[in-house]
Amino acid sequence: MAQTRSLGESSTWARIKRNWGLYLLMLPAIIIFICFTYMPMYGVVIAFKNFKPAQGIMGSAWAGFKYFERYFSSYMFGNTIKNTLIISIYTILVTFPLPVFLALMCNQMYAKRFKKFFQVSTYLPHFISTVVMCGMIILFLSPSSGVIPKLCGLVGIQTGDLMGKAEAFSSIYVWTEAWQHVGWDSIMYIAALSSVDPCLYEAAVVDGANKWQKMRFIDIPMLLPTMVTLFILRTGSVMSVGFEKVYLLQNDLNIASSEIISTYLYKMGLQSNQYSYSAAIGLFNNVVNFILLLSVNQIAKKMGDTSLF
Amino acid sequence: MAQQALHSNHVKNLKSDKVFDFVIYTLAALMVIVSLYPMYFIVIASISDPNLVARGDILFWPKGLTLDGYKHLSTMSSLWVGYGNTIAYTFVGTLIMLAVNIPVAYVLSRRDLVGRGLFTLFFIFPMFFGGGLIPTFIILNNTFNMLDTFTVMVLPFSVISYYIVVARTFFDTSMPKELWDAAQIDGCGNLRYFFTIVLPLSKAIIAVIALWAAVGHWNSYFNAMIYMRSPEKFPLQLVMRNILINNEMAATAMTGSAAAELNRKANLIKYCAIVVSSLPIMTMYPFVQKYFNQGVMIGALKG
Repeated sequence: MAQTRSLGESSTWARIKRNWGLYLLMLPAIIIFICFTYMPMYGVVIAFKNFKPAQGIMGSAWAGFKYFERYFSSYMFGNTIKNTLIISIYTILVTFPLPVFLALMCNQMYAKRFKKFFQVSTYLPHFISTVVMCGMIILFLSPSSGVIPKLCGLVGIQTGDLMGKAEAFSSIYVWTEAWQHVGWDSIMYIAALSSVDPCLYEAAVVDGANKWQKMRFIDIPMLLPTMVTLFILRTGSVMSVGFEKVYLLQNDLNIASSEIISTYLYKMGLQSNQYSYSAAIGLFNNVVNFILLLSVNQIAKKMGDTSLF
Repeated sequence: MAQQALHSNHVKNLKSDKVFDFVIYTLAALMVIVSLYPMYFIVIASISDPNLVARGDILFWPKGLTLDGYKHLSTMSSLWVGYGNTIAYTFVGTLIMLAVNIPVAYVLSRRDLVGRGLFTLFFIFPMFFGGGLIPTFIILNNTFNMLDTFTVMVLPFSVISYYIVVARTFFDTSMPKELWDAAQIDGCGNLRYFFTIVLPLSKAIIAVIALWAAVGHWNSYFNAMIYMRSPEKFPLQLVMRNILINNEMAATAMTGSAAAELNRKANLIKYCAIVVSSLPIMTMYPFVQKYFNQGVMIGALKG
């Protein structure tokens, strides 16, 4: 017994020693991750402290839950959460099903060159940078010279200043998001469809199925596992709307519906230097996200056999 | 009888299939137009008379051809400084990303690695939880003094969990274990094996990660906005933000003639700046798109 155990131990050591090169290969990434990702994770303790840059993270005095309480009781709490959730859920409702439609359509195209052209042109907007995208939105929607009000004018619709309407903000955000990424997001579904066994289609044709029925009874069920996985990922991040685009599209007129958690914490933290308060908001947001991801994953596990971990 | 039924069924299906095809192709054509028109409009607006653009006369083809916008752009030094900075950040940043992520992905794909589960968790966990903006800023600023340096643009955020997951899946599926066994018998060590055998066999995944990293660097403005201070070190996207969103052009051009006229000129310059800043990626993209797709599909295997 004792002998086998010591043998086991020494062989683990031997394996580590023999593979020292592998650990060396990971070393740069480990150092970078510890310094710039794990140290900030430890740095979240400033959410519970009165952080003063001169005293450092360790030296600052403890403040308990003071900053969390301040956020929960501030009028921005309800406002930022509401805006974040509206934009996020609206985004999921629109941009989750659309790529599935696109992939199903793409799978039905037999004209090879057109299919290729269709894919290339729907993927293209994905590569526009966020800054350029927001610049385009602002230019296109400008009431005096934008192309969208002009095109709407042709068919007799008066749009007014869309960027200045708080109630239009979420729609502008979501539909431009769909325009930019729907093609790209469909790639995964197209990949899943290309792995469908052709025998299934042949069998369906023998049974007299038409194209619509083949799509309905073969393609859609085949996509379901991929859809569940991607849906878990999306709902897990329901409380985190990308900062970059919202921040660029914000202006004084639409701020009532465009101030989300991440833009608020950026302003509090880096523009007004309320580090601890801002860190508390960020930590609260991250914890909620993490819990959401775990619970959605649990639900998916119970319902079927698809889950992330 | 049975044959007849099958036949009539077939004819009926052909008819409904034709309608189906018509709907699919019409929808697809519409989508192509919707995808391409905004980009096409930017290009024609950048070479058209800005007054006609503002009146809404330019919708489908350019009118009153002018290169004034591009001429003005060529004198804007901030844009070209930004262009140069972005090329430098993109080049160095992409190299660093390859150098740190690809080895980790390979090592995590090795089943004989002691502590494989632990290391995998170490590299995957930040996908789901992070310190957040402020703690990261404080560590980078107060602990490492990295504000406004070249390093902050290329090093701190170079380990990307998603790249590691995708590349690991690639190594998992395309590096047979027998290859390592054979190399080991011939007396080849891990490092030599990785650099002389694994890397040359992994050109596909290296290309995918390199393209993702390069596009990411080219298009990002967020880190620069947070960590850079001196305008002469700004990357292109931050300069573009000043032109497009903060309307720097309109403000500086406000001398002499009517404001509306200047505003139109500013718009013309914006259209031109969009074309110039997006040109490298948009022209390169059709040639390399198959690598992008490959990458997403490798990633999709694992989910």
